[in-house]
Amino acid sequence: MSDTKICLVVDDSRVIRMVARKILEELEFSVAEAADGKAAIDVCKDKMPDAVLLDWNMPVMSGIDFLRSLRKMDGGDAPTVVFCTTENDIEHIQEAIAEGANEYIMKPFDSEIIQSKFRQVGLL
Amino acid sequence: MNKESLAHYCALVKKESGLVLSEEKGYLLESRLMPVARKYKLADLDELATASQKAGSTEMVREIVDAMTTNESFFFRDITPFDQFRDYVLPKLIENRGDKKHIRIWSAACSNGQEPYSLAIVLKEAGPKLAGWRIDIVATDISREVLTRAKAGVYSQFEVQRGLPITLLVKYFKQDGDKWRIDPALRAMVSFQEFNLLDEMRALGKFDIIFCRNVLIYFDQETKTMVLNRMSGILPPDGHLVLGGAETVLGMTDKFVSIKGQRGLYEQGAGTPIAKAS
Repeated sequence: MSDTKICLVVDDSRVIRMVARKILEELEFSVAEAADGKAAIDVCKDKMPDAVLLDWNMPVMSGIDFLRSLRKMDGGDAPTVVFCTTENDIEHIQEAIAEGANEYIMKPFDSEIIQSKFRQVGLL
Repeated sequence: MNKESLAHYCALVKKESGLVLSEEKGYLLESRLMPVARKYKLADLDELATASQKAGSTEMVREIVDAMTTNESFFFRDITPFDQFRDYVLPKLIENRGDKKHIRIWSAACSNGQEPYSLAIVLKEAGPKLAGWRIDIVATDISREVLTRAKAGVYSQFEVQRGLPITLLVKYFKQDGDKWRIDPALRAMVSFQEFNLLDEMRALGKFDIIFCRNVLIYFDQETKTMVLNRMSGILPPDGHLVLGGAETVLGMTDKFVSIKGQRGLYEQGAGTPIAKAS
């Protein structure tokens, strides 16, 4: 059994997914990707990740709707969910925490912020 | 910049702050001192070096030292010292200071204020255990510029994302445009003062714990020993000292000894004269 943790990156921007993948792979995560909340649900049904790096605004299904669905799934309370979004106001942050997000990154982000937040929630 | 100017800055900063500028840090001179040179309408660092040696240049010298001693910091930096404070030191203080219900903490070289405010958050989070207690957090730095920022308690989005858990950000900060302002109740727990670690410390009073992290590394051996011995003199026998993870007292002084299993945390050594607790 490998100890490598899986992080699912959910963002409709291919560039953001690519940047996040690079940072996370350097932190020795195995990275899965999804371009919207619904596609992310499908990934989780197949194999529940250890962590989710989650955008808020996406087509088809938003990040917050994904989070609500995830937390209702079998085993869906296990992944550590870190929002990573341009929604930087306190109301969005409070809503995310209330729905079960573990951490919140306000874009723009860099490797240092991802490391800091992932360390805080025990992923590193 | 010529060699004489470089030697002048190294000697000046060492004399005024104790900070030893290694040659690798020479690159910092250009980026940090050019704004000071421009402010005084001087063309380069050689002109600034000459000007700062003239009589009446006290303010210019202060600004040079300010610029060279500013260090970045962030909330809950290295996290362990804050966990140790909450789980190891604070329970002892609550037990031993129960009669006076008064705790004094010194954040030496507090930079932009993240360390003393992180301590204030730890104390607030301790909740009812400290109800009715008087807590003084004294935060000092040699740089007037960083103290102004620290007192304001206003941080950028980037700064609040380094080390500060989101739940604590929401609980203790108010959003103000793209900035985050610390809760006035936390702000009121900290008093900020300009202070040079080379100066006599007794005027600051006695403390129960001193946080002096990642500062001694910039001093030479002799200065480290002097600062540590003076710190021992303003702590009671059961006081604590917190150093940075990469720092040690070994070979510097026997006034402090490390606490087993508590990296970076020190207590008074056996040879320390008994002083009365504050």
